[in-house]
Amino acid sequence: MTPDPRLEEEISRTWRDPPGLWGFIATVDHKRIAARYIVTALLLMFLAGMLAIDMRWQLTVPENTRMTPQLYNESFSLHGSTMLYLVSVPVMEAMAFWLVPLMLGARNMAFPRLGAFSYWLYLGGVLTLWIAHAMDITPDLGWFEYPPLAGPAYSPGHRADIWAQMITFTEVAALCASVNVAATILKMRPPGMTLARMPVFLWAMLIASIMTILSMPAIMLVTSMLIADRMVSTHFFSPGAGGDVILFQHLFWFFGHPEVYIIFIPATGFVSSIVETFSRRRLFGHSVLVLSIISIGALAFGLWVHHMFAVGLPRLGNDFYTAASMAIALPAGLQIFCWIATMWSGRPRFDTPMLWVIAFVLTFVIGGLSGIMTASAALDLQLTDTYFIVAHFHYVLVGGALFPLFGAFCYWYPKATGRMMSERWGKIALVGIVGGFNLGFFPMHLLGLMGMPRRVYTYPTGMGWDTLNQIATAGSVISVLGGLVFVANALLSYWRGAPSGADPWQGSTLEWASASPAPPWNFDYTPVVHSLTPMWDESRPLPVMDGLANDHREVLITSVTDAAPLYRQKSASPSIWPIVAALAVTIMFIASIFTPWAVPLGSVLIGAALTGWFWPPRPRAKQGPLGTGA
Amino acid sequence: MRRVPILLAALLLGGCDGIQSVMSPAGDGAAALHDLLLLSVAVCGAIYLLVMGGLGWSLWRRRAETVSEPASEEPALDRSLWVAAAVILAGLTILIIGSFLADQALFATRGSEALQLRVTGHQYWWRIEYRDPATGRWIETANELHLPQGRTARVALGSADVIHSFWVPNVAGKIDMVPGRRNLIDLTPRRLGWFRGQCSEYCGTQHAHMAFDVKVDSPAVFDAWLMAQARPANAVAGPVAARGASVFAGPCAACHAVRGTGAGGRAGPDLTHFASRRSIAAGTLPMTRGNVQAWITQPQALKPGVPMPAVPLSPQDADAVAHYLATLR
Repeated sequence: MTPDPRLEEEISRTWRDPPGLWGFIATVDHKRIAARYIVTALLLMFLAGMLAIDMRWQLTVPENTRMTPQLYNESFSLHGSTMLYLVSVPVMEAMAFWLVPLMLGARNMAFPRLGAFSYWLYLGGVLTLWIAHAMDITPDLGWFEYPPLAGPAYSPGHRADIWAQMITFTEVAALCASVNVAATILKMRPPGMTLARMPVFLWAMLIASIMTILSMPAIMLVTSMLIADRMVSTHFFSPGAGGDVILFQHLFWFFGHPEVYIIFIPATGFVSSIVETFSRRRLFGHSVLVLSIISIGALAFGLWVHHMFAVGLPRLGNDFYTAASMAIALPAGLQIFCWIATMWSGRPRFDTPMLWVIAFVLTFVIGGLSGIMTASAALDLQLTDTYFIVAHFHYVLVGGALFPLFGAFCYWYPKATGRMMSERWGKIALVGIVGGFNLGFFPMHLLGLMGMPRRVYTYPTGMGWDTLNQIATAGSVISVLGGLVFVANALLSYWRGAPSGADPWQGSTLEWASASPAPPWNFDYTPVVHSLTPMWDESRPLPVMDGLANDHREVLITSVTDAAPLYRQKSASPSIWPIVAALAVTIMFIASIFTPWAVPLGSVLIGAALTGWFWPPRPRAKQGPLGTGA
Repeated sequence: MRRVPILLAALLLGGCDGIQSVMSPAGDGAAALHDLLLLSVAVCGAIYLLVMGGLGWSLWRRRAETVSEPASEEPALDRSLWVAAAVILAGLTILIIGSFLADQALFATRGSEALQLRVTGHQYWWRIEYRDPATGRWIETANELHLPQGRTARVALGSADVIHSFWVPNVAGKIDMVPGRRNLIDLTPRRLGWFRGQCSEYCGTQHAHMAFDVKVDSPAVFDAWLMAQARPANAVAGPVAARGASVFAGPCAACHAVRGTGAGGRAGPDLTHFASRRSIAAGTLPMTRGNVQAWITQPQALKPGVPMPAVPLSPQDADAVAHYLATLR
């Protein structure tokens, strides 16, 4: 496995992107695409965080007139829609894009151009929402826009259309990304990495992708029905014309609940990787963790009604959903147990990524337990749509998903950049973010119990809510300051950080076998795996197999369960067709806000772009059995 | 645990005597849910401490060691995995049973002699109708709910426009008001006094100012109040009130009803006994002469986005209308 300069030169010529702007827009390198996703999502997280500070400021004193109700309503709608659709879900897909091929010892994703298309289409959704905001057609009905309020009678103009169409963008992008991740994990594992030897991280990404594929169609359907109601008067949701407003809620939450787990399950993958490496011990209970993830993924589709306990559905059905919702505490609790047990029997070291995991447990468990309380169909009648719920879902999404994400960012930063982040500033940022978050959001539980509903732009004096709101505002400000330290640390370390070498943490999985930063082709040779923790195996150097072409782009395809090598597959080269196709889809989606004719005409445009994309000739789609080809 | 002082301070400061608080139950439904809340906090708090204890111990015990034999500890961990599963299941079982029992208590069928009400949500106010037990007639009022202590009021909830949610946390949990559907909720208040309800499903620009006052009276006082509400409006007395009534009959009567006069609009709240209420504009402002006059002239300044338009009235006319409204007791 000694680097051979001639070989390196040849692979590099095959895999590197064309120089300049052309290379920038045509690239199909999964790492560059993922980095774009992550940078875009972090920028949006900053913008949406600023909206949150604005709202917290407004709520600091009662009867505040600093913000008009319209501005406040736009702010929470934009904050929620951005954070859920444009930050949380895409950033998890981005982490999968970046890490899955590296952890598989593969040279690229299964569908490289589809990956580029996902990003460009996601960017189209981002620009749609935020350019609309700049033009003052901001959606103003929250991150779920219930009809009839979102219907044509009560929301004239295009604010609700912008929201619905932004969803269509991100969901098509998410479907493409998930198909890509699932296919890569199932068909491109290195020889020896059977399903039983697949790290928890990859399981998490696989399950999250499958959940995305199963749940996203519901939201695309329901937002399309809403658009049809608004544009061509279909009356799906007009009770006066035989429609039903509750239908919207069922379809929305059939997606909306799994979505929370689509955000959370990848985070459990990050936590598993970090706990294993920093406990210096193989993860305890690999199969328990995997089965937990699978059962959370399955249960998540059976409890959407717990978002609708106050709607007035039949009580017996509600009790079923109570039991199903509470049941999810069992697999989630066992996951927590396995991580703590790994620390217990390992020799934990306390670098920043591990501290983020500890912060995750401290915070997420509160969110999980408040989730059990809201899962009770009876108790939820006092908790839903109050600040208790605001506290609950921020504990789950920030504590349960973003804290692991920040830990993962610190953990894999050296792999992406070749440099270490500052440990000292990393810890300062962590204390600010975690302390500020808890200070800011814990009081909201109490505000909810004291009767403060969510989504109010102000509240009367004399309700006893003032002090807790002020504490909440102070906490949010501290948290955002911590976030700025985090970003500054990441930026400065990019130029000034100490060189990290390939494997600074003595990690357990294959991504640490590649150079830091990983070259465009990731690995010179395909690793061969004999255990769950190949980097900790006795046999050094890492066993590899040869046989992939170096003079053209090629990846190895293996069987689904046993990861036995099957054949070599041509891998797509840089192309501008993904961005052209994404542009065509963007034109169609945006135009269809204004006229139904955009659908047939836009389809022609998209058809033309896809014809260009798939135009033959492609010299070899597939090469013969291994060893008989080149 | 820096959160404990905050929790205690908040409970002492206002949680326990709030007029819109889950933690100060004054009705059967709220009391059952308060018990369930305490049970849940106890079970969840115990589990949280257990997890944190385990985490702390795990991080502490090996901090000084350099070598370990994790393999030998595997059987112990396997056993404790089952213990953890059993603890979680036990906690869940307690909570699920507790939840089912509370649910049963909330929805136990009560006698048919219950007081019948209809409450309809509008952007951004509440139409409230009582069924007169003697005549079966519906008596309409708005934005102020009176309930007899110790009797069950069965409220049929509906909506005239978008989805709202009816929530008086001191008395019971919330139920949505869904257009095209009718939800029922039973309110059995046990404590006299004023409480407050608020819309808790986002319903548009002024969702934040869609509240109502709740007064729990003794049954005798309640019956007297209801009889008073059933009467038509007081006769107009005095020249200023007469001028106010005649101005009111123009633009105001298009949306507001005053029973016993020609004003019969249905788009806005019934004002027949307006001055008997405690607040105006759906719990937005206290009922004072100054607030009423400000509201008549500048509704969009006080509650931006409310459907009530600013009617151009001369200062004398506005004063007369406010005077007239003050006579509608």
